[in-house]
Amino acid sequence: MGSKTVLHDEHQNSGAKIVDFGGWDMPLHYGSQIEEHHIVRQSAGMFDVSHMTIVDIQGAQSREFLRYLLANDVDKLKETGKALYSGMLDDNGGVIDDLIVYRMPQDYRVVVNCGTREKDLAWMEKQAKSFDVELNERPELAMIAIQGPEAIEKVKAVKAAQAELIGRLSVFQGLEDSNWMFCRTGYTGEDGLEVLVPEAEAAAFWKALVSEGVKPCGLGARDTLRLEAGMNLYGSDMDESVTPLQSAMAWTVSFTDDRDFIGKSALVAQKETGVPNKLVGLVLEARGVLRGHQKVIVDGFDDGEITSGTFSPTLGYSVALARVPSETGDTCLVEMRGKQIPVQVVRPPFVRNGQKVYK
Amino acid sequence: MSTIPGDLKYLPSHEWVRLEDDGETVTIGITHHAQDLLGDVVFVEMPEIGAEIVAGEEAGVVESVKAASDIFSPIAGTVTEVNEDLEDSPELVNSEPYDDGWFFKMKVSDTEELEGLMSPDAYKELCEAEEH
Repeated sequence: MGSKTVLHDEHQNSGAKIVDFGGWDMPLHYGSQIEEHHIVRQSAGMFDVSHMTIVDIQGAQSREFLRYLLANDVDKLKETGKALYSGMLDDNGGVIDDLIVYRMPQDYRVVVNCGTREKDLAWMEKQAKSFDVELNERPELAMIAIQGPEAIEKVKAVKAAQAELIGRLSVFQGLEDSNWMFCRTGYTGEDGLEVLVPEAEAAAFWKALVSEGVKPCGLGARDTLRLEAGMNLYGSDMDESVTPLQSAMAWTVSFTDDRDFIGKSALVAQKETGVPNKLVGLVLEARGVLRGHQKVIVDGFDDGEITSGTFSPTLGYSVALARVPSETGDTCLVEMRGKQIPVQVVRPPFVRNGQKVYK
Repeated sequence: MSTIPGDLKYLPSHEWVRLEDDGETVTIGITHHAQDLLGDVVFVEMPEIGAEIVAGEEAGVVESVKAASDIFSPIAGTVTEVNEDLEDSPELVNSEPYDDGWFFKMKVSDTEELEGLMSPDAYKELCEAEEH
């Protein structure tokens, strides 16, 4: 038996198929993951993401600590509540985890993956010893992601007293209100919110959202939505064995001269010697489904590998992320069930706001 | 709980077989338990009409959001019909695995081969064992 979120009873009452996810019992779907996927693209769905790890970074040197800990630069966060996506790297530039950091009124808040919780906390604690900072995990906060074109309006209807605050949020900003936090972030490629809610109030909020017509969605739809949106999944698309430069995350690394950060010298060296491979999008418009670990064949170069692949419900055919040699052009072959199938190489995302966007 | 019709024969790889009224044609599909394990079905690859199928050999492929899975033919025969509705509506495999979600029909070489297949009770036991 795995850990259970505070919403576990709600999932069971809704007929969820429960699976183990990083030691947590989480809903895979509540009937059909494809139907849940379409609901998020067309109206509003919600995900229990309470298993994710929330850590507050407090103290006089929290800014200096995060500027050293993260590959992206928290000094980009000019306004209260603004959020930044970043990799947390080891000395070799390998990705320990990807995370979101919010600039809070006083300090900072980070949200990291659940499967990496122990190693992330250990790494952060170790690095924190050189700084005047304190790390406080916030397990008493549940987290619900409400996503889709109608998501924000539906949350406003349920939380009328906070509607004004929610309406003020810019994209990638989160603001607090009496122990709740409303963040205009997500992992689906749609507009929406991730709401941090005190555990005691989470089930009532979930039920109120259901009454408002927000459909509970599981991890299955979460995966197809994030893949269509071209968003990496830690542990599949990147890990310690690769750098952000090999993971389509170069845009999240800030190489300004005035700042050193963990992994910087390794990344600079890799840039000089040449990055051996890259993470790209693959599209198969013919029948068949691209899947993780299938071999990618690029004529004249080393083989690559699909890191995540799926059937895209929005497009009606298969898409994937794959790590391929840097020289890879517009097409390559994928070995599927003993056959070599030609596929297109594209730049993700595949889908944004319900529409096909890749070229 | 999975439904297991009493008038069918089964394979441990979760296919079902129904002997039709003519006494020589069988219809083949996958069970409720199989579609539940697979999740939403997105593509089905069928054998060609007229293909000679050997018992226990791969006769097609079903791809779901989760995995690709071979469809094995329980007995030998010649393919007479495939379910063309699955081309546009593969979700029928999930919603009606024993009815509109059937895969293909075969004229069987030897109906006695059906005797060697699993009974509904034996198949039920197998599914229960897998669920625990």
